This record gives sequence, C-alpha cells and structure tokens, in this order.
Amino acid sequence: MRLAAVGLVLAAALAIAAAAAAADRPSPADLEAELVCPTCKTTLDQSDAPVARRMKAYIRERIAAGASADEIKADLVAQFGRGVLAEPPKEGFDLLAWVLPLAGVVLGAVLVGALAWSWSRGREPPAGPVEAPLDAELERRVDEELARYDG
Amino acid sequence: MAGRAKLVAQGLAVAAVVALLGLLVWKIAFDRSGGAAAELERGESPAAPLFLLKRLDREGMLSLADLRGKGVVLNFWASWCVPCKDEAPLLEEAWQQHRRRGLVVIGVDAQDFEGDARRFMKRFGITYPVVYDGKGSTLGRYGITGFPETYFVDRQGNLVGERIAGGLDSERNRERFAAGIELALRRGAMHDAAASQGP
Repeated sequence: MRLAAVGLVLAAALAIAAAAAAADRPSPADLEAELVCPTCKTTLDQSDAPVARRMKAYIRERIAAGASADEIKADLVAQFGRGVLAEPPKEGFDLLAWVLPLAGVVLGAVLVGALAWSWSRGREPPAGPVEAPLDAELERRVDEELARYDG
Repeated sequence: MAGRAKLVAQGLAVAAVVALLGLLVWKIAFDRSGGAAAELERGESPAAPLFLLKRLDREGMLSLADLRGKGVVLNFWASWCVPCKDEAPLLEEAWQQHRRRGLVVIGVDAQDFEGDARRFMKRFGITYPVVYDGKGSTLGRYGITGFPETYFVDRQGNLVGERIAGGLDSERNRERFAAGIELALRRGAMHDAAASQGP
C-alpha cells in the first residue's frame, strides 16, 4: 500500500515536470512568425519557398532536440545573417531601429505644435484703434468751439 | 515673428522637396540595383564583384581577387534548389575538362545551411572549390535573381559572355556555357602582345 502511494507521488511529480518542460518548449508556430525566409522576405509561416520549408524542418528538429527559442534563432542568424529576424533585437545598434521612429514621431509632433502655436499668435485680432493725442492748437480750437456751443 | 517662422517652414518644405527630387534623379542616373548582371545585359563587361568567403571544400578562405590570371566560372547555388542538383555533374565535368587550361569553377553556396551544402557536395562528388555565403552578401552585387545562376569571369577579372539564369542544361544552353568558358579563358590583348614577343 505504502509502495503504491510512493509510486503515485513519483508519477505525479514526473507528470508535473514533463508538463513544465513542455510549457517551456518553444512553439514552431511562434518561431515561424518571428523568422523571415531569406529568399522571399516574408515570415516563414507565410512562405512555402524551398528554403523556408527547410528552415521550418530545422526549427522542428531543434525543438525536438530540446533547444530554446533563443538558441534556434541564434543558429539561424549564424547561418543566414540577422536578416532572418522579423524584428531587430532590442539591444546594441539595432535598438536604433526601435528608437528612431519614436523619436521622429515625437520630434514631428513638437515641430507641428511649435508651428501651430507660432501661426496662431500671428493671427491674433489686432487691438482696437488707438486714439492719437490732439496737438495743442487743435485742442485749443476744439475747446473754444465747445465753449461757444455751450454758451 | 510669425511671418518669419512661416517663411522658415516654407523654406524647409521646399528644401525637402528639392532633396527628394535630387534623390530621384540620382536613383535614375546611378541605379545599380540590378548589380553586375544588369551591366552585363547592357553589353558592358564590368569588373566581377570581389569576395572573400569561407571555403567548404577545404579549410581556409577563398578570394576572387587571387584568381586574377585564370578564367573563372562562377556558379551560385543552394542545396535546396532542384536545378542545382541537375547541373552539378556538368559543372564538375567542365572543371575536370578545362582546369589544365587555367579554368577554375567556383561554387558559391548561398542562403543555405552549411551542413546541407557539405552533404550536397559529397552526394554529387563535387571537387571544384566551393565557398559559403549563407548570408547572401554577394547576391545583390551580382544581381542574382534566383538559383542557380552562372557567370563567367575572364583573366582580367571582368564578367564576360552571357549570364546563365537557371540550370545548366546539356541541350538548352550548352553553347552559351561553352562560349562563356572560352571567353573566360581568352588571353587579354596585353598578354597576347607580350607572349608573341617571346623571351
């Protein structure tokens, strides 16, 4: 009875370990969406080119051999170059590919904002008419006319 | 102030349009996107783009520049390409037949797994030099549009003859292949003059 219980526990532990390993294993579909066929320049999952078919077979072989997604990608980059990665890595010089478009959008927004602000200031309605002061002679004559009118 | 900003913006817009027009003119005038193949098809004899690549037939590297003085048949292939399998015996035959005359057949295995290429060479008994260009760095400069493609390089290092796109076939393009080999092996005018003078 005790032996059976130990066996059951061991079997459960093995099953859990196997499930965990399967969960860590990369999926061919995910990798095929992240890698590009070098001849047709589309992702492997979209390509039926001979080289793409060979690369898909290679991915499955490597997964079956227990390789991780990063290891498989590194192998393919070593063979075919960085062009097989659908997205550039987010490190080193390749980081520029991610940063520059964002920087361009931000810079463009700032530029458009600054221009809009500048133009809107230029279109402010002009202030009301400014009354020029009368010269002394004209003021004297106006005063005289008004005094005569009042009188 | 606003007027000045507007003027600057207009100036920038005009400059951008002029720059784009300049790029368009430059692209049309100096377009080399077709690589050396495009020049060859225009009847020119451009210098064969040089390369330095790892050899698969033995250890070490092979530089095309080091083959100056020899006629070269350059064959671009990959192990996954079906016509490449059919033409492999013809290339081996040409190498065996003309190597004493100074011909070198070079296989450039591109966009391929190195292990697959080695297996291919063994399977088809390839003994001529083969280099590995997995990343395809030579393809754009030559203007390769598919596999296989074959070029001929003369003793001066220039591309000559006709590019053969597609598999070599003993019926379909045998004459073009033979003519390319003869052009590649032809001695240059300077060399002929020197040779005729004798020691």
